[in-house]
Amino acid sequence: MLIKTPGDIRYSEVTPKAVYLGRRKFLAAMPAAFLAGRELLSPSARARAAGKFPTLAKSPFSTTEKENSLADVTHYNNFYEFGTAKDEPSRLARNFRTYPWTVSVEGEAAKPRKFSIDEILKLAPLEERIYRHRCVEAWSIVVPWAGYSLSALLNLVQPTSKARFVAFQSYYNPGEMPEAQHAGIDFPYVEGLRLDEAMHPLALLCVGMYGDALPPQDGAPVRMVLPWKYGFKSIKSIVKIRLVEKMPPNTWNTMQPIEYGFYSNVNPNVDHPRWSQASERRLGELRRRPTLMFNGYADQVASLYSGMDLKKNF
Amino acid sequence: MLRRRWVKVVVFLLCLCPACWLAWRAWNSDLTPNPIEYITHFTGDWTIRMLVATLAVTPLRRILRLPDLIRFRRMIGLFAFFYGCLHFSTWFGLDKFFDMHEILRDFVKRRFIIAGLVAFLGMLPLAITSTAGWVRRMGGRRWQALHRLVYLSAVCAVVHYYWLVKSDIRLPALYGSLIGLLLLYRVAWWLWKRRAAPAAP
Repeated sequence: MLIKTPGDIRYSEVTPKAVYLGRRKFLAAMPAAFLAGRELLSPSARARAAGKFPTLAKSPFSTTEKENSLADVTHYNNFYEFGTAKDEPSRLARNFRTYPWTVSVEGEAAKPRKFSIDEILKLAPLEERIYRHRCVEAWSIVVPWAGYSLSALLNLVQPTSKARFVAFQSYYNPGEMPEAQHAGIDFPYVEGLRLDEAMHPLALLCVGMYGDALPPQDGAPVRMVLPWKYGFKSIKSIVKIRLVEKMPPNTWNTMQPIEYGFYSNVNPNVDHPRWSQASERRLGELRRRPTLMFNGYADQVASLYSGMDLKKNF
Repeated sequence: MLRRRWVKVVVFLLCLCPACWLAWRAWNSDLTPNPIEYITHFTGDWTIRMLVATLAVTPLRRILRLPDLIRFRRMIGLFAFFYGCLHFSTWFGLDKFFDMHEILRDFVKRRFIIAGLVAFLGMLPLAITSTAGWVRRMGGRRWQALHRLVYLSAVCAVVHYYWLVKSDIRLPALYGSLIGLLLLYRVAWWLWKRRAAPAAP
């Protein structure tokens, strides 16, 4: 039997990433015995047994819903720096260099500093969080992410009393991202959160998925995951986190303010001007399913917005 | 050569290629992680491409001095309608799952849906009256006037596409300028002809 328990196999011994990302090649290359055994395991369990983070702490925030396959989540991406078609990032981000990597945490903080990706990986115990992820385009996925609450990082730099918002910035290098010039939006990509949103335990600073490091097209090496907001709020490949006094700009809002708000909380009652947000298509399902308020995380996050008119502050 | 029967068969098979490609990918479960979206976009793309090809026939006939190209125009136009039907029924059946409530709500609220519907409905009478019998019954002049509706369909199809995309407008802009050029050619031709023969009683 080729399938081993997590303990007796090292990451370096298993299928190279280039191979497993090419699913077809992967299937063709595996011996028949493995193919038979493979059916017994869910795709994600398989990846996790082999991944970089074989032992992740479980999280009470995880959903029990069926996870999407790794192949779906790595071949259907919105990462406009690497092309605007869903299948482009998986091809065009292949050579994206995500190591070494530094994230600068600055602004209204008592102890601003830079973090290397190695430091970020060790800064707090990594948890697996299986979240629903809802795109503003009305499709959704369920992904087992790896990371910890952003608050762990922010507490280290000690936000001052002036800090009311957090501004995020993605990596941008036109040389590495030639398709970006056709995307129709400005780069570097920026996003923002209110400080209390950023400190909420659900707000995940994410370094992996399916028990392994993030693939480039999914925002390697470090990204945000905000499961109660539309996907574009979950900024990818972060290089800068800045604590600020005033509400920072976010790319899609700057580009089209009537369609994309600052908050962009998942809300089935507030339509995108051009399409309904009342329902969504979960990848892998035929029928649409109803979209839930705050993407089903209302119990955790609704209090952040009490007293706010969510139709105005969409 | 264009008069040969087999040429028409070749053009027919060429126009059918995209549909076969789609069927092949469906057979291999290779329709991307979001098959319904993929089929919708694929058939929509080919509707517009076929419309562009239909509109290109008349200018190409004159520019290339190949009057026989007319033999393919109706067929290409019907293929535009064919892909339009696939596109419409994918949206209606697969995407909305025949949910009339939701569909009617979309009709009144979403301008890109309205544009798409106008484009599709505009092609419907053209497809119905595409037979030789209908040309005879209507008379050439009236038939031709009716079939100018294709201009409306083409423009609405591009507007429908343009209103749908989020930020990368390259493709709708490309189809838009192609259709714009083809329509401009017709205006120029009409003006030129009017000047050339001003003494019509």
